[in-house]
Amino acid sequence: MLEAGVAELAEALEARRVSARELLDLFLGRIRAVDPALNAFVTVAEERARAEARAADERRAAGRPASPLDGVPVAHKDLFCTRGLRTTCGSRMLADFVSPYDAGVVERLARAGMVLLGKTNMDEFAMGSSNETSFFGPVRNPWDLRRVPGGSSGGSAAAVAARMTPAATGSDTGGSIRQPAAMTGICGLKPTYGTVSRYGMVAFASSLDQGGPMARSARDLALLMNAMAGFDARDSTSLERAPEDYARLLDLDLAGLRIGLPKEYFGAGLDPAVGARVMDAVGWFERQGARLVELSLPNTRLALPAYYVLAPAEASSNLARYDGVRYGYRAKAYTDLADMYRRTRAEGFGAEVKRRILIGTYVLSHGYYDAYYLQAQKVRRLVARDFAEAFARCDLIAGPTTPTTAFALGEKADDPVQMYLGDVYTIPAPLAGLPALSIPCGFDEAGLPVGLQLTGNYFSEARLLGAAHRFQQATDWHRRVPRETPL
Amino acid sequence: MDWEVVVGIETHAQLATRSKMFSGAPTAFGAPPNTQASAIDIALPGVLPVPNARAVEFAIRFGLAIGARINRRSVFARKNYFYPDLPKGYQISQYEQPIVEGGALAIATPAGEKTVRIARAHLEEDAGKSLHEDRRGMTGIDLNRAGTPLLEIVTEPDLRGAREAAAYARALHALVRWIEICDGNMQEGSFRCDANVSVRRAGEPGLGTRCEIKNLNSFRFLERAIEYEARRQIAILEEGGRILQETRLYDPARDETRPLRGKEEAHDYRYFPDPDLLPLVLAEDEIERVRREMPELPAARRARYAAEHGLSAYDVALLTESREKADYFERALAAARAPAKLVANWVNGEIAALLNDAGLDFDAVPIAPERLARLLERVHDGTVSHKGAKEVLAAMRARAEDADALIAALGVAQVSDRAALEGLVEQAIAANPKLVADFRAGRERALNALVGQVMKASRGAANPAQVAEILRAKLAG
Repeated sequence: MLEAGVAELAEALEARRVSARELLDLFLGRIRAVDPALNAFVTVAEERARAEARAADERRAAGRPASPLDGVPVAHKDLFCTRGLRTTCGSRMLADFVSPYDAGVVERLARAGMVLLGKTNMDEFAMGSSNETSFFGPVRNPWDLRRVPGGSSGGSAAAVAARMTPAATGSDTGGSIRQPAAMTGICGLKPTYGTVSRYGMVAFASSLDQGGPMARSARDLALLMNAMAGFDARDSTSLERAPEDYARLLDLDLAGLRIGLPKEYFGAGLDPAVGARVMDAVGWFERQGARLVELSLPNTRLALPAYYVLAPAEASSNLARYDGVRYGYRAKAYTDLADMYRRTRAEGFGAEVKRRILIGTYVLSHGYYDAYYLQAQKVRRLVARDFAEAFARCDLIAGPTTPTTAFALGEKADDPVQMYLGDVYTIPAPLAGLPALSIPCGFDEAGLPVGLQLTGNYFSEARLLGAAHRFQQATDWHRRVPRETPL
Repeated sequence: MDWEVVVGIETHAQLATRSKMFSGAPTAFGAPPNTQASAIDIALPGVLPVPNARAVEFAIRFGLAIGARINRRSVFARKNYFYPDLPKGYQISQYEQPIVEGGALAIATPAGEKTVRIARAHLEEDAGKSLHEDRRGMTGIDLNRAGTPLLEIVTEPDLRGAREAAAYARALHALVRWIEICDGNMQEGSFRCDANVSVRRAGEPGLGTRCEIKNLNSFRFLERAIEYEARRQIAILEEGGRILQETRLYDPARDETRPLRGKEEAHDYRYFPDPDLLPLVLAEDEIERVRREMPELPAARRARYAAEHGLSAYDVALLTESREKADYFERALAAARAPAKLVANWVNGEIAALLNDAGLDFDAVPIAPERLARLLERVHDGTVSHKGAKEVLAAMRARAEDADALIAALGVAQVSDRAALEGLVEQAIAANPKLVADFRAGRERALNALVGQVMKASRGAANPAQVAEILRAKLAG
């Protein structure tokens, strides 16, 4: 059962081969056994989960399941607000913070009957690509405990990879769903901006942040999207669209599918082993009748610096509310108001968060705004235009999710620029607001998973998931069990 | 050397919506601290703003009322600074692209009507309040007001001197109340003005260095603060000094302004478009709907009163001080068979005085305009003198009878019976030979004295115009 994904568990629950309570016990046991080595969970919500599982079983028994997912366990990244359960954002600032309300995504998955196992560890305020910036300590990669699981949704990725949960939520600002998915050998989808409600998802960079599902198959991602996505009037950037079935194109016909290969995604800096595995996958698509289209996204090299202006700019403002006045951490001793602010924020935030607040404050400052912020906004439009031109020639774009496989803990911790460079392939999609997913497509020489990234045009999630599902029907990379956490 | 005082005004008008600018929390004044602050107002992690459609409609209404351009696309921006009563660490405002630009407001000045140009009006949210009293050295924070919708209305530096500035503030106050977007309650902070004041020698083309005086919450303080500030600046310049650009606070108790912060200490607000909010895009039909629902504006009424009733600019300006007053005038006029000038004089004069004494406003006149109309008809036909009518009006507050009944009950009807008056006139002529001789010698003033004698004899009940007429007839004969 631990091996089963969301779809299989839903079928088992429907067929009464297992109860939600049995499933819960199974996954709680797995968490107890495995998580001490991984540190994927910040909070395990055992009591609450038991009540939810019981209610799910009662609904099933009464023949009125809340949804096909009723009773399937899920974990939330610890920046989705959960009423009565602490929401830490991986920060000392919110280490004891309990939200009085549920995030839109939390509400939707609860309404679907999913059982909340707990909250997963993450880079502080989602700022990081290695899960090393969490106040609650780093998360370790189940494929190699000396390595990072990626970030910022590293806890969710490790939890799914190590079979502690069949599914988890993540949030992606510059790659925070796709990059850890790639590094832990699982699947993750960043939807089109505005598809999944941001209400109650603690903001890092509002114009980029997008919640999405993480699971072990594309099919599971589709089922999770059906429950997660949808208009939310409480989020002014939420898109009002007719509900769609994200699983409707799972049997996508690959013949004639035009797959774009941007030369910028296969250039210097790409680990040859990663490039080879990605091209193996691309070759498989070609053998199924897909047509490969070589193309260029010329502004790709500008996307990364633009991102590291825009995201910190928004973050510097979004994180101003953590001032010790109303909730969260407050310094124990201070002399006056300015001193309280200074000490609270100096003690409450970690180094990476402070670095980004400083960068963001700088680029928004008088005299620098035009040179940095406005310039970066222009680049953002250029990046979007590159994609618009590319999607006139292809149906989806394939490439590596990350330039390398998982790196060692501490390897880049003191070199933020090296760390940022690892986001080079994942940053363009959120800058343009496009959907993109990562699925496993093989391993490097060290036995570490490699991710294939597929990027599509706006609202093309179903097609991306379809292409990924067809690949997964023919391959078993997504079924491999991490060697450090055998079943 | 003559100095010219140049003033621009920024006004924060609290929009009379039921809920806040970006949350569903109520805006009612006076609730216990922090009982009207939602998760959004206190800026809990994860909350997001949703603009209040009614506030947007009010901003459009204001723009239309001043003939401004309504921007089809405006942008909410974040103004970043730290303060305990600013929960998010930024205020959502509009910066580079406000919803309203341009337009003008006409004000009455001794030299005639003057047009004050409006630079812009933009939507924003208010901050909370810091409470320093009775906290044993601690500061309390009340976030009830946080998120309350404001329209900030900014003039060009078109005003000259404190009196014009106050006249503008009054006209703006009247307008926002007239179009029902703001209750105008200055004690509760619903209408707050900041004044930018500079001085220059008459005829100089450029503007002097300005100081901004904050939070003037009465027209009198506004006027006095500008007067003080202008005197201060002129004194500095005349001594060869230099004005420092700074923000100053007016202290009404000492009638002076003093520095709050200088230019060097000015915040860098790091404005940028709020990524939580899409640009505010207005559809033509929405603007048209607001235009259709717009009430007749004060300027239109002034023109109509002048054209239809021949009233003076002064009279119509007073009548249109508020929509309630103008409505009251129109109802009284419609009901009275009396000249418009008489009705206008009474509405502007006796009714306004009566309300002032009672601490009331034209939205709560204790005497229905139809009752006033009956009384004015009696003034017009000479039944009652102005003085007598005032007594009747006073009695009307407490008693329900109509004008005629009160005139009778109070015994204030004028004696208009010609026979009775002729008797009194003859007595006066007989008793005052000297005055009679003077009048006949061409001294007109003697006639007034004789009228006075008759009025005295009638104990004020005679109609003085009629007495004079009878006197002339008899003395001429």
